[in-house]
Amino acid sequence: MISALTVTNLALARGDRPLFEGFDLIVSAGEVVALTGANGAGKTSLLRAIAGFIRPDAGEIAFTGADGVLEAEETRGRDLHLLGHLDGLKSGRTAWEELLFQVHWTGGTDASAEAACTALDLGRLRPLEVRKLSAGQRRRVALARLVASPRTLWLLDEPLTPLDAAWRARFGEIMAAHIASGGMIIAAVHDPLPIPARAVEVGA
Amino acid sequence: MSGFGVLFRRELALSWGKGGGPLLAVSFYAAMATLLPLATGPAPDRLAIVAPGSAWLALALASLLSLERLFERDYEDGALDLLTLGSTPLEAVAFVKCLAQWITTGAPLALAAPIASIALGASPSLSWLIAFTALVGGLGFSFCGGIGAALSIGSRRGGVLIAVIVLPLFAPPVIFGAGAIEAYGAGLDWKTGLLLLSAYSLAAVGLGPFAMAAACRNALS
Repeated sequence: MISALTVTNLALARGDRPLFEGFDLIVSAGEVVALTGANGAGKTSLLRAIAGFIRPDAGEIAFTGADGVLEAEETRGRDLHLLGHLDGLKSGRTAWEELLFQVHWTGGTDASAEAACTALDLGRLRPLEVRKLSAGQRRRVALARLVASPRTLWLLDEPLTPLDAAWRARFGEIMAAHIASGGMIIAAVHDPLPIPARAVEVGA
Repeated sequence: MSGFGVLFRRELALSWGKGGGPLLAVSFYAAMATLLPLATGPAPDRLAIVAPGSAWLALALASLLSLERLFERDYEDGALDLLTLGSTPLEAVAFVKCLAQWITTGAPLALAAPIASIALGASPSLSWLIAFTALVGGLGFSFCGGIGAALSIGSRRGGVLIAVIVLPLFAPPVIFGAGAIEAYGAGLDWKTGLLLLSAYSLAAVGLGPFAMAAACRNALS
């Protein structure tokens, strides 16, 4: 289990365009970080670099557990959720089939998927094909995976955008519960998160 | 349930019926068996000669058609991110995807191949060998074709790129497979061709997943 994430002197570039350099960030268990910054500042790239998709030009990203530094590759496959702009849901399959696959793939069980369905009120949506869901409903299906599979570090890219006010508040409670159980959240946002968070500006 | 098992079931469900499965095999051979006599002339002795080889042609082309969606659909909707962040390595993900592709597309095509060949006038005594070589060759097509599919992730005209990358790789199994059938029909040594075909497919199964995983990582970065 990750107890701290340390980003040291990070430099990222997309193609030939440098995004930022000398970026430092330390997140420990029970913390929420709200990444802010202009469009194109590199919030999404930072999240994808932490998730291991983008190799930094310079600097280090290290995960620390109870017994010291963790092997990054293995930790990412076991203890990290990344939720980007795309939900990763197949439009031709039902919401329940897709949720069940995503939950099992990320280490959850049938029972935890059922519980997440209740938490996000997906009962009536379960038999529907994903193509028939609204953007907010799809996002709720995607968020259910975070609830159902116990992983410490949540990397969220604009998680609230398609949600209505009631569901934003409800997701705030879910995030608070995750933090209370020793989790960590790093979210790229333009609107403020519904829970107290440390703001970090990217590309300043 | 292990990650391996759930992914395998999902991949089977995704490719069975949608761009794969028995319907593709049947319609492909129906089209070929109809058009071939029109293109070459309906003389039965001439058709009987080309029939076994044309089964291979159909197999290679049908594999190309269905390969385009293999990685691209997961890349487009973001599922490839999720597949990368599972506890199962990306190499195993690529292996499972290609295996499911073979079962849902290659195997029905291989099983339908002898029927189409007999309909065109090939000797029924060849049918078991046609089915067997197509089954083994289809495995090679899936895993070699997967490399092309992974390399072309994100390109808008993926199908063209896959064809260009993969066609040279498809040449050896076609030569070995169709050669084995021809040799068997002529009473010559056919086992060498079959063994070379098997070696090719096994090499593709063993090495392909590493190339596919590397190509996927590159596409996601």
